[in-house]
Amino acid sequence: MSSIFRNINASLAGWRLIGTPFLFGFLLLVAPLFLMIALSFWTQDYLDLDRTPTLNNYRDIFSHPVYVLLIKRSVIISLIVTITTVLLAFPMAYYISFYGGRYKAIWLFLITIPFWTSYLLRIFLWKIILGYNGVVNSGLQSLNLIEEPLSFILYNANAVVIALAHAWAPFAILPIFVALERIDRSMLEAAKDLGDTAIRSFMRVTLPLAMPGIVSAALIVFIPTIGDYVTPRLVGGKDGLMVANMIQVQFSKANNAPLGAALAITSLLTVLLISLGFLFFNRRYLRKQSS
Amino acid sequence: MTSEQNDNEQMVELRGIRKSFGDLEVVKGIDLNIAKGEFFSLLGPSGCGKTTLLRMIAGLETPDDGTIVISQQSMNGVDANKRPTNMVFQSYAIFPHLNVGENVAYGLIKQRLPKAEIRQRVDAMLKMVDLDGYYNRPSYALSGGQRQRVALARALILEPKVLLLDEPLSALDKKLREQMQDELRRIQRTLGITFILVTHDQEEALIMSDRIAVMFDGNIAQLGTPKEIYDKPLSKRVASFIGVMNFLKGKCVGETKTDIKVEVATLGQVSFSRDLVPEGVSLDHLNIGFRPEMFTVLYDKKEKAENTFMSEVKNVDYYGDMTYYTLALPNSDMDITVSMRNTSGRYVYGLGEAIRVGWRSSSLLILN
Amino acid sequence: MKKPPLLLFSFVIIYLVFLYAPIMLLPIFAFNDSSIIAFPLSGFTVDWFVGLMGENTLHRALKNSLIIAITAAVISTCFGILTARAMARHNFLGKRPSFGLIMAPLFLPEIIIGVALLIVLIQLGISLNIWTVILGHILICTPFSVSILYSAFNNMDKSIEEASLDLGETRFGTFRRVIFPLVKPGVIASLLICFTISLDEFVIAFFLTGVEPTLPVYIWAQLRFPSKLPSIMALGFILLLLSLILLAIFEYYRRRSETLIGNQPS
Ligand SMILES: Nc1ncnc2c1ncn2[C@@H]1O[C@H](COP(=O)(O)OP(=O)(O)OP(=O)(O)O)[C@@H](O)[C@H]1O
Ligand SMILES: [Mg+2]
Repeated sequence: MSSIFRNINASLAGWRLIGTPFLFGFLLLVAPLFLMIALSFWTQDYLDLDRTPTLNNYRDIFSHPVYVLLIKRSVIISLIVTITTVLLAFPMAYYISFYGGRYKAIWLFLITIPFWTSYLLRIFLWKIILGYNGVVNSGLQSLNLIEEPLSFILYNANAVVIALAHAWAPFAILPIFVALERIDRSMLEAAKDLGDTAIRSFMRVTLPLAMPGIVSAALIVFIPTIGDYVTPRLVGGKDGLMVANMIQVQFSKANNAPLGAALAITSLLTVLLISLGFLFFNRRYLRKQSS
Repeated sequence: MTSEQNDNEQMVELRGIRKSFGDLEVVKGIDLNIAKGEFFSLLGPSGCGKTTLLRMIAGLETPDDGTIVISQQSMNGVDANKRPTNMVFQSYAIFPHLNVGENVAYGLIKQRLPKAEIRQRVDAMLKMVDLDGYYNRPSYALSGGQRQRVALARALILEPKVLLLDEPLSALDKKLREQMQDELRRIQRTLGITFILVTHDQEEALIMSDRIAVMFDGNIAQLGTPKEIYDKPLSKRVASFIGVMNFLKGKCVGETKTDIKVEVATLGQVSFSRDLVPEGVSLDHLNIGFRPEMFTVLYDKKEKAENTFMSEVKNVDYYGDMTYYTLALPNSDMDITVSMRNTSGRYVYGLGEAIRVGWRSSSLLILN
Repeated sequence: MKKPPLLLFSFVIIYLVFLYAPIMLLPIFAFNDSSIIAFPLSGFTVDWFVGLMGENTLHRALKNSLIIAITAAVISTCFGILTARAMARHNFLGKRPSFGLIMAPLFLPEIIIGVALLIVLIQLGISLNIWTVILGHILICTPFSVSILYSAFNNMDKSIEEASLDLGETRFGTFRRVIFPLVKPGVIASLLICFTISLDEFVIAFFLTGVEPTLPVYIWAQLRFPSKLPSIMALGFILLLLSLILLAIFEYYRRRSETLIGNQPS
């Protein structure tokens, strides 16, 4: 009996603190998400909402190629961005962790500095770099390496990938770095003692141990990029637009909030499914490694 | 109240104190009275619940069951900040953002005393703990021993009725620890405050305390003065926790009205007064114990003793002031330990040497 | 330290160039005496900075952003303190789920948060203004505040608080005289981080702001006009310097927080 009372008392003490932020989060995140789900089953009737539940919005999404295409493209671009970002981030994190010596903190600092500019401007600056008269083109031209400016680098998916791989770099480097730091260096020595080559010991020891960091890096990059609105608008051109841009259109110009909500829910579910897939494959990989 | 003049006034009374963490019962119904002005120690191995008991007295933990009375007042529902107790924490818990003086003045500032008075009392207290002139020293610039003194001064300045100390000396090196033991004793006598000390160091408890409670697994196994605990341990467990004890097997072979006759393994028959037999022991399987210093090495062939036996030295541990010999019992594969003080010129036996040992029947104890 | 393989080292250098390429352009074009953002450069000028002084919309946007960022930073940090403290010191029913809920905005695309809030506000008939932006920003800043403050609360030796209680101080007094001074550097770090995040946040502000633009929304609008770009470069450069100063202060306080709390023997 008294132990139940003590539990309740302890719970009260905790809830007195966390209650307000929890309520705030509940009212401004959970409730809105549920309302969004509800909205996605309603219909916009000019200025009014028809609240009879219907699957029409979802039917629309899957029957109109443009929506399916946008979602598919968003997933593909995000996956490419994720893979690129993580592949580029890994050697950097590896370098800092294994060769950073006393300067690790300074290296980490060095990597985060570029990201303290406005996100908008950072993306926009890529437009200047990659543009028709941009840094890359004028540079290559003045070196006489090309005659005509390259056009495949701006206003398409490539530009989106480059800009996003840049924008999310520190978010990929940091978790991988943290995972690499946790690796017991004597295990690598031991692997070497056992006659493993550098590559073998990397595959057998370093990589599996760094895997949790790699997976969090992948998730941290993947989840927000799929919903990115700014980058496709600024550097994506017509072929680089993604689902977030369409959601925004539905809520403004098209004035079809229910369809926008359904699009948002569909992308959220897609993100969720793919993220769970990441985690599942990671679990399988780690189990295979340990057995 | 008349009891205020009474020297035997109880300061702390624990009645049926119980405490569990989850499914683990850590304190299992403790009854204990601690007198005013007493230096009391809770002694026991790691995890036996000493700290938990102390924290319940301080009000930092609430008992599941039982009552704590301090100075005739029930502490049920009284918060830590309202109790007439103060604590010296094991980690000292010095406030890192305050300097020495501010640390010591912490409780007085809460009481809104005039600044000048606070300053004067802090200086006096710093003097008492030998930290004269440390008022402005930042707390990170203190050695372990100095931190300990700050923690002590901070607690004592509030003139608590009971001072609680949780292994206050365990983080200090041996020299400093011995010095602080003396100092704590001196301060306790000067101020006449009741001290409750938690320690797992039996030597510390023996040296410092008026009385000791030996705790095992959330129970008090034995309560008594240091001499009672050392000389007359009630159980094998208490005996082996405090000091070194040799254990032998014994069996009752004859009884009279006042005595029992016991066959002690390989030493022979010994008579014990019935008063010395603890309750509830099985007379067929007796645990007999004796301390190493109770047996004497007989250096001179002519030296006499009540009982003697011959043996061979199997190991020698030389401590400087003492030598501990491991000897084989006659006609047995059991070893016993015997210690001798190294007075000037006394011979120290080497391995394998023959040795003659004398002992008195009265130095054997029957243990539970 | 052993030497890195040449291949790895070259990669690191190229990668750093990649990371720094965009922001290097900011000062270059902010001081470039040409209204077109392109190479070759034409000359040095501070006109673009001077020009910013006369932009009234910019000043309004800046004022809005400052109000939003300061309010959001203060409230998120309060939420951060409450949550971090509860997580570090209390065990209670529903601890993990409520923590998950508070941290969830970290793992949701901003557009989803923006849209979801927009829907609620429209349904409730609340008109959009800077306060609606503040609500959204509190939501996304709180998780950052919690992660900064959690370690500050968690690393603090529990017996320090108990000592204060034991010395007669009340719970509130203990918070005021011991806990808060010890976590203060963390609180300042959290305020700075939340301020910076809010000042830079675009998507949620874009969805939730009414007629009053925030700084990023203003910049977004300007990006459409090529003639405004050099001024935006100048503005971006100022913002970069500002962020770096805040970052330096943040780093200072984060380290202070670590030394202060990490300094006790345990
Ligand atoms: N807050 C707590 N929650 C859960 N278990 C606890 C808590 N405090 C103590 N315990 C457990 O209670 C038991 C007794 O703890 P206590 O600290 O009283 O032991 P102790 O005698 O002081 O030991 P030591 O000499 O190691 O300090 C231990 O098993 C410990 O793990
Ligand atoms: Mg203890």
